[in-house]
Amino acid sequence: MTAADFAAIRLTLELAATTTAVLLVIGTPIAWWLARTRSMWKGVVGAVVALPLVLPPTVLGFYLLVTLGPNGPVGALTQSLGLGVLPFTFAGLVVGSVLYSMPFVVQPLQNAFEAIGERPLEVAATLRAGVLDTFVSVVLPLARPGFVTAAILGFAHTVGEFGVVLMIGGNIPEKTRVVSVQIYDHVEALEYADAHWLSAGMLLFSFVVLYALYSRKGRTAL
Amino acid sequence: MSAATVRSAATDDGIAARFRLAWPGFALDVDLALPGRGVSALFGHSGSGKTTVLRCLAGLERPADGYLAVRGETWQDGARRIFVPTHRRPIGYVFQEASLFAHLSVRRNLEFGLKRVPAAERRVALDQAIALLGIEPLLARMPQRLSGGERQRVAIARALATSPRLLLMDEPLAALDAKRKQEILPYLERLHDELDIPVVYVSHAPEEVARLADHVVLLVDGRALASGPIHDVMPRLDLPFAHDEDAFVVIDARVAGHDDEYALTRLDVAGLPLWITGTDAAPGAHVRARVLARDVSLALSERRDSSILNVLPARVVSLDETAPGRSLVRLDVAGTPLLARITRRSAAQLGIVPGREVFAQVKGVALLR
Repeated sequence: MTAADFAAIRLTLELAATTTAVLLVIGTPIAWWLARTRSMWKGVVGAVVALPLVLPPTVLGFYLLVTLGPNGPVGALTQSLGLGVLPFTFAGLVVGSVLYSMPFVVQPLQNAFEAIGERPLEVAATLRAGVLDTFVSVVLPLARPGFVTAAILGFAHTVGEFGVVLMIGGNIPEKTRVVSVQIYDHVEALEYADAHWLSAGMLLFSFVVLYALYSRKGRTAL
Repeated sequence: MSAATVRSAATDDGIAARFRLAWPGFALDVDLALPGRGVSALFGHSGSGKTTVLRCLAGLERPADGYLAVRGETWQDGARRIFVPTHRRPIGYVFQEASLFAHLSVRRNLEFGLKRVPAAERRVALDQAIALLGIEPLLARMPQRLSGGERQRVAIARALATSPRLLLMDEPLAALDAKRKQEILPYLERLHDELDIPVVYVSHAPEEVARLADHVVLLVDGRALASGPIHDVMPRLDLPFAHDEDAFVVIDARVAGHDDEYALTRLDVAGLPLWITGTDAAPGAHVRARVLARDVSLALSERRDSSILNVLPARVVSLDETAPGRSLVRLDVAGTPLLARITRRSAAQLGIVPGREVFAQVKGVALLR
């Protein structure tokens, strides 16, 4: 394996870790809202969150490119804030990955929150716990298996993305070239041995992660 | 003194609650004045609204049209847009299922509420709650490793440990089998006797009401059909209680003495003797006894030629003949109401009419506490 391969691996892990952290922070309130709301918007928000499950990554990547690009609304905003434009940067990759892996984090969290039900929250209220207190001292510990599942799936799914990365990140060594893109490069260049090393690594990683997830006692992923 | 002053004086140390709400298929409309001490039972069939009333008292439901004042403090007033959220109300709530936090040990469950109560407001010590419910040996266990009865005892202790100024209990025994019920009832009675915390107790079981309640509210279809001291409410012929197969009255009595030769205990009911099979209650102790309507028969003379031990002079107050072939007679025994269920033919033959002096033959008396 080459230095470029290792750089790609490091970048992939960084991207997946950052994305997972961001998703746990913004996915938790979204999942909480989806689990508890009786609003008519629940269906709409749930569908939007789930879109990456069915949409070709190229579609998502294309729209992101347009929106985040210099002429897009978000691009105009980031430029006026002095942040430049996000496409073809690591930050852009994170934005794309967050959207792309959103359902893999939000849905396990939503399921976990729904499984807790109303009762423990009411019990906590009768024991003097306010809303935030209840969330921290009752909901978080009871939903812990959901958080583990969400983190694992979010991380693994981000490691496995390709289409979105290619559209929005391009193929810049050490900046946006992740493992999946590196494999694509190797194959294009007919470097099958290198492609094998990385591919086998990804295969093994994915299997181990999913095995760990599905063999946790009495629990099912998603 | 104006009527308004009287009302506020009456509710200062009591509970004034008015809730009105309409859900699809169910409407609640109650206006209650409950005493500020002792056990008030909300009694009714499932769907009558008892749990909803309890949830309103806790603030778990928020009817737009609602008013609640507990011992002089306003917790809800729809008209003035006052609503104290549940976690700010000094209540204890025991749910039908124990609902212990599965991620916390018994001890941590008990401490959950306790540590959120300011030290200055703590009046029930954790040790006291633990001792009262007899859960000392369970403290280190996780809730999953407790029996149903143990769980419910922990839930009650958990509620008590917050030093509530109002204890709300939603059929805490309903999910338990008969044996577990008998296991918990004595603890609930101790609660009643040892702590000065008003309790609102939801139940559809007459036996629990008879044992625990001082005040009874009868709920039917979201309305309070009656509300008053248990001695007044149970014998009322215009309420469904008296027509129940197991209709009963509750008698408060004093232990007058024991007859050791025959192992009998003599109770004193307003100056009249009432014999029951021997107990170890100390003379002078106040006890509560239950007399079933079907265990009382009537005679015109004080015959002493039967095996029935208790024959009390009584006056017929009223009678109800709505059930075919049966007469339900309300009696007055030296000021204590008693119910007798006899056949219609017997009533006719004895000439039972209101005002008539008769003798009540009491076949059975159950000592409740």
